[in-house]
Amino acid sequence: MTTAHAKVADGYRRISIDPVTRLEGHGKIDIFLDGDGNVADCFFQVPELRGFEKFCEGRPVEELPRITPRICGVCPEAHMMASAKACDAVYGVELPLTAKLLRELQYNMFYVTDHTTHFYALGAPDFVMGPQSDPALRNLIGVIGKVGLEIGGKVIQCRAWGHEAAAIFGGKPVNPVNAIPGGMSKPLTPEERTRLEEICRFMLDFAQFTLKLFHDVVLSNPVYVDLILNGPYCHQTYSMGLVDERKRVNFYDGKVRVVGPDGTELCTYSPAEYAQHVAERVEPWTYLKFPYLKKVGWTGFVDGPASGVYRATPQARLNVAEGMNSPRAQEAYEEYFETLTKDRSGKTPVHQTLAIHWARVIELLNAAERALELVRHPEITHPEHYRVVCTKTPSEGVGTVEAPRGTLTHHYLTDEKGIVKKANLIVGTTNNHAAICMSIKQAAQGLIRKGTEITEGILNMIEMAFRAYDPCFGCATHSLPGQMPLTVRLRDADGNVLDERVRA
Amino acid sequence: MGDAAASNGKLKVGMYWASSCGGCDISLLEIGPRILDLIRIADVAFWPCAADFKYQDVADYPDGHLDVCFYNGGVRNSEQEEVARLLRQKSRTLIAYGACAVDGGIPALANLKSRAEIYDAAYHHNPSIDNKAGTEPQPVVETPYGDLEIPTFYLSVLRLQDVVPVDYQLPGCPPQADRVWEAIQAVAGGAVPPQNGAVKVGCTAKSVCDECALEKKLTKITRFMRQHEFRPEPGWCLLEQGVMCMGPATRSGCGAMCLKAAMRCEGCYGPPANAEDQGTSMTGALGGLLNAQTEEQARAMAAEIADPLGTFYRFSMSSSFLKSGK
Amino acid sequence: MSESIAAVREGQVAETPWEPRIVGFLCYWCSYTGADSAGTARIKYPPNVDIIKVMCSGRIDPELITMAFANGADGVIVLGCHIGDCHYISGNHKTMVRMPLMRRMLDGLGVESERFRHEWVSAAEGEKFSRLVTEMTEQVRELGPLNWPAHLHERGVGHGADRRPWGE
Repeated sequence: MTTAHAKVADGYRRISIDPVTRLEGHGKIDIFLDGDGNVADCFFQVPELRGFEKFCEGRPVEELPRITPRICGVCPEAHMMASAKACDAVYGVELPLTAKLLRELQYNMFYVTDHTTHFYALGAPDFVMGPQSDPALRNLIGVIGKVGLEIGGKVIQCRAWGHEAAAIFGGKPVNPVNAIPGGMSKPLTPEERTRLEEICRFMLDFAQFTLKLFHDVVLSNPVYVDLILNGPYCHQTYSMGLVDERKRVNFYDGKVRVVGPDGTELCTYSPAEYAQHVAERVEPWTYLKFPYLKKVGWTGFVDGPASGVYRATPQARLNVAEGMNSPRAQEAYEEYFETLTKDRSGKTPVHQTLAIHWARVIELLNAAERALELVRHPEITHPEHYRVVCTKTPSEGVGTVEAPRGTLTHHYLTDEKGIVKKANLIVGTTNNHAAICMSIKQAAQGLIRKGTEITEGILNMIEMAFRAYDPCFGCATHSLPGQMPLTVRLRDADGNVLDERVRA
Repeated sequence: MGDAAASNGKLKVGMYWASSCGGCDISLLEIGPRILDLIRIADVAFWPCAADFKYQDVADYPDGHLDVCFYNGGVRNSEQEEVARLLRQKSRTLIAYGACAVDGGIPALANLKSRAEIYDAAYHHNPSIDNKAGTEPQPVVETPYGDLEIPTFYLSVLRLQDVVPVDYQLPGCPPQADRVWEAIQAVAGGAVPPQNGAVKVGCTAKSVCDECALEKKLTKITRFMRQHEFRPEPGWCLLEQGVMCMGPATRSGCGAMCLKAAMRCEGCYGPPANAEDQGTSMTGALGGLLNAQTEEQARAMAAEIADPLGTFYRFSMSSSFLKSGK
Repeated sequence: MSESIAAVREGQVAETPWEPRIVGFLCYWCSYTGADSAGTARIKYPPNVDIIKVMCSGRIDPELITMAFANGADGVIVLGCHIGDCHYISGNHKTMVRMPLMRRMLDGLGVESERFRHEWVSAAEGEKFSRLVTEMTEQVRELGPLNWPAHLHERGVGHGADRRPWGE
């Protein structure tokens, strides 16, 4: 919008993609072409901010599992769980088994719903309809039209039943409200459990169907395989994700593990230690910050083992793990690594960005299998052990889960009455902000060269570079800088400041 | 609403998210299988979350091209206001969708903080920040190729009706699916109340208490409790047990869903039909509910409430009379 | 009075020096009669409180208090019958519960505590009434104008075209 009037330097041309679409959140892409028609530079800017970290101050900490999910209406359960875990830590409570089972069950069922939404509504249209197909049809409605109502109906049913499950747990289908410090607000009745098991069985069938669909539509299509393997969509970055004690992917709990581009472990740490490992940088042209690995250091928007840029995505989670905690997903994991790295063990990381879609579908399957296992656990319907009352004096706590889009950390500091004094959040997509900028620029430079006819389809293929990350910029832009004095800095092509003017 | 038929007989529908979390967009999908009925009668002409229409496409539409446009999220920055004005121009019927667009929503809690404080927490003082140069986002940044711009950040969260005339308001965080479907059918069928400023649709005329199945024993509150500190008795009104349920001061229509999960109503449908300000509405309601015989007791009970401003105005700071902190 | 509120809202500061504008909600049976008795006894007190008579302090919807501040009042005082003396038995019990809550909310919004008072005044307490009014007027005078409409204007909230997008 505003860029319609923004200045362009002599000899250059600007192409704007505004807004980016088929993602959660706001963003725009500015591509600058030089006189020859090559991409001189490309910027991805996040224009939104809200300020959750600040306005959570003064709120009772037990309210944060209901406030923070409003960071994102697509993944509210991720924030609810991370927040509840942070509150557990603030109050120093250990959850009984039933409470833990309920949290992990609800979370895995949510994962199925969320990954389904992304895959069918946001990511798959590019593959099912085609990357350069008619934009009016390149969406969920077009997909349903193409795959037919029977399949379209299954997608709708999976989402509908997934949200029904959310309402069974937490009252509301969008933004369920049941996680509290010490556990959950209510137990699961046997009738509810029976219905949930029915939903889980459907989800497992649907997950397997989705994986097969991915094979049929994407992996059997040599054009798409070539795009994934050889297209301008690949960075050799560090990977981050949660793993359990057997180094298997776990969405709800575990330790944070980071591995390098070649798979060597950089570190494994307890979520509470996050600030020793991750720092956030600020750039003036976007509201969103850039986390990077402190141990490695920041060397710019570049990949490689010397750059602290890392990714936290389904692909990254599979990269840091050494297996999945459910059998069919384990098979799919091995096939994925075999295909992309020739190494079934998964110890060699995958770096092709578009392959994140594949990793996501494998996680969808894993979540469905794990949910079915948990819903059958004999303790899941215990009428008393769904929570404990908090009695200790509250102080400080960190809660971390894997949001579908990346490692999510909530860190709260409270007074002795449990009123929040400070909150710090590092949110899923924020982890990937630097990598997303790099991926978009890489795609732009790969797809637009001198003489390229720049069609809407080409621009969409540039957008595909971020869509693989399933970004959630609503999540990422929780923090609020407020108003700032205007400083204008003139930089040369190397980024050196030539002149600076300040308006206070 | 006028003649709703477009050239192919279908309604042209838009959905935009401003300072939003995306929950309202998801809630539109919560109509479930009814979405197939919807796509029979309507074409999506703008929906950044789910479809590839860009701002320029909307700018190129003739005025009034969109039969119905839902605008969710509050107005937090200049781009969101620009798009609000654009969509008002290009839409016959503009509906403020969800708590943020109607009342400010949770992001309007930022109105209780000053910009200096907010600025400090995000970019200068937090456990993971690395910003010794003191860099901050700038509305305009020069590069060798041209200027990069990002929207200007507003000092307060505004509602949609604060920037453009709105035809209807659909409250909720997010609006409940059955209410949304009723509203869509009403708009499609032309059977909506005549446009009269900002009329609320998708909600009913009472308070959440009216929809809540918990037993009201009509006892007075003896002390305020925070739910993680005790085990509420199931089946009994939470407010009577001392949990600050916003039911009495919240517009009905959601079916009291949160109460079904044994959690208090947090007020997401905004103020009740007879009030504009949710906080004073709740204060008024509490007047008759406390078991306080003396002023000391009344003051002591008021002091027990953990966070009156953030609790009563959780979703509706922008609709309150005072709107922001000083 | 509505013209003067409008004048304040439009930022038209009068040529005369600023005087505190305090809105007083007084219940008919006790406190209004008490105020009246101050008049008949010729007790002097400043003219800065604009009195709004209501039948019972329990009728004062808290939104009236915030509305008064939002429209430009520098202070609000609520007076009712003593506990036990309410003409409607328990109307003032409701006031008793509501006012400390209003205090907390106004504190949280940055409205200084001297600008909002709640007291009991009986029909015979003309003396007390005039003391309260005098005290409060002086305290508010010391604080200066509240001018909430100007504060909202600073915060970028106003009415339509009047609004400044961000502080300049």
